[in-house]
Amino acid sequence: MTAAAPPLLKMTGITKSFPGVKALDGVQLEVDRQEIHALLGENGAGKSTLLKILAGAQSPDQGEILFDGKPVTLANPHAAQQLGIVTIYQEFTLAPDMSIAENVFIGREPGRWPFVSWARMAAETEKLTRRIGLERNPMTLVRNLSVAEQQMVEIARALSMDSRVIIMDEPTSALSLAEVEKLFKIVRRLKDEGISIIFVTHRLEEVMEVCDRYTVLRDGRNVGAGSVSDITIDGIIRLMVGREVNALFAQREAAEPGPVALEVKRLTRLRTAQDPHATEIRDVSLHVRRGEILGIAGLVGAGRTETARAIFGADPFDSGEVFVDGAPVTIRTPRDAIAHGIGLVPEDRKLQALFLSQAIRTNVSVAALDRIGRFGIFIDEAKERGLVEEYRKLLNIRMAGPEQAVGNLSGGNQQKVVLARWLALRPKVLIVDEPTRGIDVGAKVEVHNLLFEMARSGIAVIAISSELPEVLSVADRIVTMREGHVTGEMMRADATQEKLMAMMTLGTTSRAA
Amino acid sequence: MAEVKQGAADSGSVDLFGFLARFAPLIFLVVLMAVFAVLEPRFMSSINLFNVMRQVSITGLLAIGMTFVILTAGIDLSVGSLLAFAGLVAAAVAKGGMQDRFTVGEGGVGYGWELAALAAIAIGIAGGLVQGFSITRLKVPPFVVTLGGMSVFRGAALLFAAGGPISGFEHDFTWWGQGKIGPVPVPVIIFLVCGLLAHIVLRYTRYGRQIYAVGGNPEAARLSGLNVTAIICSVYVIMGFFAGLGSFVLAARLNSAEAVAGTGYELTVIASVVIGGTSLFGGVGTIFGTIIGSILIGVLLNGLVLMNVSSYIQQIIIGVIIVLAVAFDTFAKSRRRKV
Repeated sequence: MTAAAPPLLKMTGITKSFPGVKALDGVQLEVDRQEIHALLGENGAGKSTLLKILAGAQSPDQGEILFDGKPVTLANPHAAQQLGIVTIYQEFTLAPDMSIAENVFIGREPGRWPFVSWARMAAETEKLTRRIGLERNPMTLVRNLSVAEQQMVEIARALSMDSRVIIMDEPTSALSLAEVEKLFKIVRRLKDEGISIIFVTHRLEEVMEVCDRYTVLRDGRNVGAGSVSDITIDGIIRLMVGREVNALFAQREAAEPGPVALEVKRLTRLRTAQDPHATEIRDVSLHVRRGEILGIAGLVGAGRTETARAIFGADPFDSGEVFVDGAPVTIRTPRDAIAHGIGLVPEDRKLQALFLSQAIRTNVSVAALDRIGRFGIFIDEAKERGLVEEYRKLLNIRMAGPEQAVGNLSGGNQQKVVLARWLALRPKVLIVDEPTRGIDVGAKVEVHNLLFEMARSGIAVIAISSELPEVLSVADRIVTMREGHVTGEMMRADATQEKLMAMMTLGTTSRAA
Repeated sequence: MAEVKQGAADSGSVDLFGFLARFAPLIFLVVLMAVFAVLEPRFMSSINLFNVMRQVSITGLLAIGMTFVILTAGIDLSVGSLLAFAGLVAAAVAKGGMQDRFTVGEGGVGYGWELAALAAIAIGIAGGLVQGFSITRLKVPPFVVTLGGMSVFRGAALLFAAGGPISGFEHDFTWWGQGKIGPVPVPVIIFLVCGLLAHIVLRYTRYGRQIYAVGGNPEAARLSGLNVTAIICSVYVIMGFFAGLGSFVLAARLNSAEAVAGTGYELTVIASVVIGGTSLFGGVGTIFGTIIGSILIGVLLNGLVLMNVSSYIQQIIIGVIIVLAVAFDTFAKSRRRKV
């Protein structure tokens, strides 16, 4: 590679408007050969639009795209793929009931038309998956793969198209730490083989670890670009948010916790024949006090979400006891849990919490209809609006009005709507599962402050997070889990990322006072 | 902040689209009536218009029930069959048995219209309950359960009728289908009153709100503490209630109940609901829309009849319209998704 060679991909002056909003305004992006390039920005900064233009899914209003020094138009996804630009989306596009090989070669099956050569397809797939370290029979159904393995199938598919640029949109958000390390290894190997990677992520530590250069967007404009070695995480955050965020996350003064609000003893949920891939939990015992935030840390598959869902009655459990305020309770359904003052903010707000096409108003009130009732069966809409307004102020939800469809809000504001729904119930215990997944840095801090506020008001909070810095800044006390077991417990003051990681991965049952 | 601006702008354009989507059926209805009025002067006569409304009222009652079902992303194909069966039972009760099929029962022979109506509604509710139970407990998709129900209730009706209609009721009975209050036919009043009640239930009650929630996102509804199973079961009971009520009014209007009554109603009824803007994906729709949709279909059929268009062609038109309405709904949904 000589210094004179043009960059592999150069986008300049990219502008794209949608009705009422300029998503991109004169954006440029330059990606070299054999480079891992981080594309960064808060939600709504314009990353997705830029990615869609690169994938050929949208055309820019203005601007120039040079690929290999030659101007190109990416009129449609096929044109982009022909050039070797392949996008791996956050939500995979695999067909779960087809084999690895079929997914890799979907639409491009080898063989003499109209027949498919299964032997060749399998052999070529195996070559590709070996290359990235996926040791699986090419005829395995994708349904039976882990999320990380499915991602590798996506990568294999990209490689099968002779890609020169692979765009990865939030590739690590659903991976455990070990899987992330493995992905980074693959990404580095691809780079050595001459492929450039555009890496979109919210996790800035990952940028520092694996990326060569970065481009930061804010409000549809370039606000910074350069070499990763010349910048710190705080520096990137400053660029992304355009303001100082003191450390990544806020800390809080640990308060004196009250009496035990919720205790579970020996909670166990085993696999069933209907659901052979379910994550098991075995003999999980934990408690949380009023005014306390209990963090649950663990890798993907450790059973954190399953524990939360079992406590909440969302999934049945086989054995174990649940006590609320010291009294044993029977919880078989979410209704039972709610009746006992337990709330759950589930990990996937779009699928499990929100009614996306419905108004913010009805989304907030759905669980608290008896609080705004009239004569038992009717809804008092004045009270309902009052409720929404109360929580809009309290949680600082930025919205056009209570009748706006909740699907139009940003991720952070959507999450606040879900929190409002539970706060409206005045819960004793609130379990929040990945409370800041997929929301931008500024909103994360706001959500954390809300959790602190809840604890201060006497709610017992259980916070589950895959991000250790988040657990460390939010929780007063931290329980770690691994493979369905509780493996340790620590006060925040004693905990470090390293110690927690050890308990999450090694399964030592160390108990710090 | 930029994201606020974006949200506001988006909601503005959605509102325009939403406005059009909401009033499209009404606009279409007005245009259609204007066209028929020009092409066929008899169409706008008050006799004809009341006639249209009287015909609409039966399928309209069913469409009100169907709106509840479709709001939960369900479907009920059994309405026509259930209506036939419930109507025959009502007729038999009104006549005091199966012996005296064709003559008007003289005083004291039958059990009266009150019991007849109750019997029809009870049969409807029972039929709906069984289907709702099969859907929620046996976890059979609504399409399959009610496709089965369509056959079961039709068979039951044929068996019950033993091949012939039951006709000739007392005046008290037929008044519910043929009578008028002032110039307004009684079935029309029943239809509109039921529509108003259903509107109040869906719009202003907790139960109504829960139906929209279950239809919009059943998992989110469950995790919000709603009794999803009971709510889904209940909409089939409501559908059954309206099938029973409709059967009574139909028998009264025709002064006869027969086993082939209501054949093909499921299509007309589902078309009415979907044209009225209720989404087959659940969670979106109004009774107001359903009433407009029902009238729209009624006007269309009536206008075509007046213009001597063959009933075969009418079937084709209804079929095409239902597909177009769903295509529009799918488009509207993708539109909602995008923003």
